[in-house]
This record gives sequence, structure tokens and C-alpha cells, in this order.
Amino acid sequence: MDKKKPKKVFVQGAVPPEKIAQSIANHQSKTNIGAHSIFLGQIRADEVNGKTVSAIDYSAYEEMAEDVFHEIREAAFSEFDITCAHIYHSLGKVKTGELCLFVFTSSAHRKIAIDACNYFVEEIKAKVPIYGKEIFGDETHQWKKNS
Amino acid sequence: MKVTVKYFGIIAETAGKKEEILDVTQGMSASELKARQIKTYQIPEAESVQLAVNRDLNTEVELKEGDEVAFLPPFAGG
Repeated sequence: MDKKKPKKVFVQGAVPPEKIAQSIANHQSKTNIGAHSIFLGQIRADEVNGKTVSAIDYSAYEEMAEDVFHEIREAAFSEFDITCAHIYHSLGKVKTGELCLFVFTSSAHRKIAIDACNYFVEEIKAKVPIYGKEIFGDETHQWKKNS
Repeated sequence: MKVTVKYFGIIAETAGKKEEILDVTQGMSASELKARQIKTYQIPEAESVQLAVNRDLNTEVELKEGDEVAFLPPFAGG
């Protein structure tokens, strides 16, 4: 079963929109699925003291992050009756307007898919050692904090 | 006794390095190492720093030769 296999989560740079379309297409053969839920995190041009964020440079404690992603997957599969789940998170620089997180859950019914998708997003934000350097237009930066 | 220490995010920036090998005394706990390094590098917002020993969040352990200790600022994924 694919749910037991540790999966590669990190992608270098932005998550391309084509990856989302391709992921949807890849599930058309799985006809036991009745609902997909998708979360897309996009880089926002926050304004701080008159300066605007132009990109976020992501870094991570990759070895631990991969372990934690796997634990979150295992917990999600035991808590929710999902058919499959896919997570992609950026490393390196992602510009405003580009995508940095893609969570894709599938189930027979919508509520499970939606609840599982929310679970993944909240767990990822709370538990995975990922860091984001918010880079402003003038090349100064500050470190992102999750709210 | 040697341990590998890794720094991430704003801590790596403050320390000016991402990794170093440190000689620590036998019996030192992870929390003692944490206090020492926070002082050495003047790491800000020390109360929000978490330690992972061999990828597990835990400061109440005695360090062993070859351990990997990571200094983690608050997570900011997504």
C-alpha cells in the first residue's frame, strides 16, 4: 500500500500549477474516490513597516521534517478514511503569487476529504521544522512566524 | 565527547553557522547544552527555541557521543 511508504515531500522552488492538474488527472483511474480536497498555500505580499515581501526563502531540518511528514501521514490514515494523500512543500526561494504548499486528499465522500486536508495543513504548520525567510523588495529580510 | 550541533532559521543566522562539532562533558544534558549555546551566541527569544536530539524533540536527555542536536526556532511551514 502506498500509504506506508515514506514519500518525498520537498520540491525545489515553487510548486508548479501544472503539478496540481497532473495530480488530479492521476486519480481519474481510481473510481472508488468520490471527493478530492485541495489546499494551496500561496506567498502573500505582506507589508511590514512600509516594505513589501517579494519572496520567501524556505529551509528545513530536512531529515527530521521527512520523519514528521511521515508521522502526520500515518496519523491521518488512522484517523480518516482517506483513499490517498499527497503533500508537496517548497524549499528555496518562492516568489509572491507562487505556490509553496500543496495538500491533496481523496476519499469516497467530501467531508472526510475536507477534514483530512485541514488536518494535514494544521499539523504541517504546527509540527514540521520548516523555516521561511521573508525577503523584501530592498533585499532586507525577516523570519516568518506562523500565526 | 563529541556531538554534532545544527542550527536553523534565525538561530543559524545569529550564530553565523549551520553546524558545528562540539566537545561536551560526559553527562551533560541537552537542556544544559541549550543554555550554554543560547548564552554563547546570544540567541534571541530563547524561550521559543526547541531542541531535537537525534530528530526527536526532547531536552531532558543526557547526551551521548555522536548525538545530533538541533536548535529549532518556531516552525514556519506553509
